[in-house]
Amino acid sequence: MVPFAGYDMPVQYPDGIIKEHLHTRAAAGLFDVSHMGQVIVSGANPSKSIEKLIPGDIQALQPGEMRYSFLTNDNGGILDDLIVTRREGDLFVVVNAACKEQDIALLTEGLAGEASVTELTDRALVALQGPKAAAVLARYSAEIASMPFMSFREVAIDGVACFVTRSGYTGEDGYEISIPNEQAVGFCRKLLAEPEVKPIGLGARDSLRLEAGLCLYGHDLTEKTTPVAAGLLWAISKRRREEGGFPGAAVIQAEIANKPAMKRVGILPEGRAPAREHTEITDEAGNVIGEITSGGFSPSLEIPIAMGYVPLAFSSIGTKINLLVRGKPRPAVVAKMPFVEQRYYRG
Amino acid sequence: MSYKFTKDHEWVLLEGDVATIGISDYAQGQLGDVVYVEVPEVGKEISKADELAVVESVKAASEVYSPVSGEIVAVNSELEGEPTMVNEDAMDKGWFAKIKITDASELDDLMDEEAYKAFIEGLE
Repeated sequence: MVPFAGYDMPVQYPDGIIKEHLHTRAAAGLFDVSHMGQVIVSGANPSKSIEKLIPGDIQALQPGEMRYSFLTNDNGGILDDLIVTRREGDLFVVVNAACKEQDIALLTEGLAGEASVTELTDRALVALQGPKAAAVLARYSAEIASMPFMSFREVAIDGVACFVTRSGYTGEDGYEISIPNEQAVGFCRKLLAEPEVKPIGLGARDSLRLEAGLCLYGHDLTEKTTPVAAGLLWAISKRRREEGGFPGAAVIQAEIANKPAMKRVGILPEGRAPAREHTEITDEAGNVIGEITSGGFSPSLEIPIAMGYVPLAFSSIGTKINLLVRGKPRPAVVAKMPFVEQRYYRG
Repeated sequence: MSYKFTKDHEWVLLEGDVATIGISDYAQGQLGDVVYVEVPEVGKEISKADELAVVESVKAASEVYSPVSGEIVAVNSELEGEPTMVNEDAMDKGWFAKIKITDASELDDLMDEEAYKAFIEGLE
């Protein structure tokens, strides 16, 4: 167990990170992500209101649809990444644990007079991820199995009122399920009794998302990185790019037009030595040009993998770079992400 | 000839004037799945408390410091291809390096198996 954003979190269960990781890719893993913030934004037109604070095209969402976005600052930097779901009368927003107090304050203040912001402290959040996740949940509710990727339903699972989204942080098909606190333990025990399901800790959550090329806030994304540098422009629609109207819009629009100075890239170190976060990246002449922001070992590929930021001129796939691991330059190459193919449900 | 242990969970096995060094079974359990081990170069002179090796698990890198001074006379190059040997057999096949020691008295402060067992029980 380790402390994480004020919560005691399991890094691993007795199986260990590699087995937990491979189990999630092969069957189904259950993650307790209750530390994340669950927030309701309600008002006359919350979809329009929240666009003042985030660049996501929330007005384009129909009830039951959801979108990945981020809170930005006036410099276009990312204050947190989040998921916004449009429900019939309001928005259901899931934010990172370490940022939730700041996010709630920001939303409350930014939307004052238009929308109210309420944290759902009475609900737990779990993720069931992996190729068998849908088959497991189909035993409890037939409609869950046919939900499209990035959609939301309120469903009673075994008599428990759940908010279910078909989404996740592993690159696999899967679900995140919000459950009333008092029913959470019983619900998890029931899922863990299913033959395909095992509990998965923070360690494998990190290696799974890294293989899938997904960013971790506070590491790959910070208030100093823009969505353009981070390669997250896909999350800003044409309308929002043109109209702006969110913090830092001018900076982001200028970066779109003129290209960013740095770019987030995938990196494959040669050999077996992992390159960890904060490892310096150099060019072949030895000049420091950037830094690894996430790095570790890929249990699926059995090789080290990493992501980091390099100048635009070094960002094409196949570019040779060096990584200073314990002071020694080790060769590496800029590589395509995701490292392991994403297998989201496309119907 | 018997195992001696450090408070940093390394073991030392002295045969003549050559000490074999590894990490304890308790240490490999704490580290979790080992994915990479960086061993020193043969012929290198090393002092007690110098960095001897680096063990990397999925999650993190941990330094292993030499419990003795001397010359590296052999390293376990099999760990390069099979780092999980450290998890599977920490006390034998998972050894890191052999050091020709220059000062046998450096082993005097180390714990024997029984004292080490009591030491790790005290940690839990």
